[in-house]
Amino acid sequence: MIIATLAFYLFAIVAVISALNVIFQRNPVHSVLWLILTFFNAAGLFVLLGAEFVAMILVVVYVGAVAVLFLFVVMMLDINITVIREGFLKYLWVGATIGVILLAELAVVFGGWVMSPDAQKLRTAPAPAPDALSNTEALGSLLYTNYAYLFQAAGLVLLVAMVGAIVLTLRRRPGVRKQNIHDQVNRRVQDTLEIVKVETGKGVS
Amino acid sequence: MAEFVDGYLLPGLWIVAKILMLAVPLLILMAFLTLAERRIIGAMQMRKGPNVVGPFGLLQPFADAVKLLFKETVVPTGSSPVVFFLAPMITFTLALLAWAVIPLDVGMVLSNVNVGILYLFAISSLGVYGIVMAGWASNSRYAFLGAMRSAAQMVSYEVSIGFVMISVLLTAGTLNLSELVEAQRGMWFFLPHFPMFIVFFISVLAETNRHPFDLPEAESELVAGFMTEYSSMAFALFFLGEYMNMIMMSGIVSILFLGGWLAPHEMLPGLSVLAPIFTWIPGVLWFFFKICFCLFVFIWVRATFPRYRYDQLMRLGWKVFLPLSLIWLVLTAGFLVYTGKLAQ
Repeated sequence: MIIATLAFYLFAIVAVISALNVIFQRNPVHSVLWLILTFFNAAGLFVLLGAEFVAMILVVVYVGAVAVLFLFVVMMLDINITVIREGFLKYLWVGATIGVILLAELAVVFGGWVMSPDAQKLRTAPAPAPDALSNTEALGSLLYTNYAYLFQAAGLVLLVAMVGAIVLTLRRRPGVRKQNIHDQVNRRVQDTLEIVKVETGKGVS
Repeated sequence: MAEFVDGYLLPGLWIVAKILMLAVPLLILMAFLTLAERRIIGAMQMRKGPNVVGPFGLLQPFADAVKLLFKETVVPTGSSPVVFFLAPMITFTLALLAWAVIPLDVGMVLSNVNVGILYLFAISSLGVYGIVMAGWASNSRYAFLGAMRSAAQMVSYEVSIGFVMISVLLTAGTLNLSELVEAQRGMWFFLPHFPMFIVFFISVLAETNRHPFDLPEAESELVAGFMTEYSSMAFALFFLGEYMNMIMMSGIVSILFLGGWLAPHEMLPGLSVLAPIFTWIPGVLWFFFKICFCLFVFIWVRATFPRYRYDQLMRLGWKVFLPLSLIWLVLTAGFLVYTGKLAQ
């Protein structure tokens, strides 16, 4: 047990330190790299909890895909740090005001928080015993039975986001030459090549 | 004190010993793979290849290692030194990390986790970081272009790799790699999933940046891509990391499609005469043979095909492999439900 405790403190401390570094690094690429380390330590904490499926999905989705795209975008930005610092004090009060408003709103929302009776019913729905199933199976059977509609709705939200991103970025540019594999494969010699006997001094018209 | 020794120290040492027993042969295999590649390509191109250092050139890898070790390490100006040296280390370490869950034989595995296949997918999708970090930290245009290409390429092909893995694990009904291999007894998955076997292998070529998809280091356009600024041992780590990745991916292909440690006589009834010999050969060796076969195909492909153009590469990944593997996944699931063979 002592090893698990030590591992917990290791993961937790490294996670907090790297999360702080995400904010305090001057170079945005370094920030993203620290963010990746944070994700890793969060995955380690999930493993300690016995939620290995969630841990692996965290690494696959966030480290393997999301952070790669972050890095991809951030690397291509040409950010001059000193220029960013210049406006820091000027815009500080705007940021602070927004922060305070958000905090107040959160306080209002959570102050009047009442659990809906349906949610309470869902929560008490019979969950499979933790020892009988591996946690992949347990998650799957919960997601596709009790929470099937919510799960589908989450999928639809993602689909809408994806379609939106494609619609925003897709534009037809005229005059771009593209390779059409179908046309290339279907070309016959007769269609494109003509063998002509050329008389001397006449040429081909 | 005795409790500490029995409870923590001895098991800890035993784990370290097991890791070494796995890692050292892998590193030796990697060293000889570099030689094998040069010799095999030499044979395919009707030349000799390195055959001077030691018998059959067997000491060539070590000569190369010594040469690289004594070269000067150059750090480009304006680079980010920590990231610059972290990148090759990450590439090399990740390729070794995957072996923690790959079973070599019945029960012969460092860590028999329940989500082994997800772990492999997670690790293999991290390979892109080594290359992207190298490209960015080098502070060089060629390296950066190589890294950009690599990031796009690896993210694209990961998607189809994921879908193929899902088809396979639907058939097996488990995420545990040992159980996955046992599920292939009688029928290795490359037969029922033959089109996906091909798709997976080609995606693996792209994922490891091997020919014909070695665009990140296309030397005719990008000098050496993301490795342009690297020299000495940092370069060696990249170079060897690529070979470690090949071995790791061959291991994954063998586990997923070629029945891991299983001997072939159970699948082919014609070979049952040889069954006594085949069962006498230990499973580890069968696994090794299958890895060697995959590695040979890697090298064979390199000697055979010209490099893809970048737009062709993207077209193949997104417009051919992705729909194909998605349709195959639906077909597999439908077939399993229809025949009632879906694992409960």
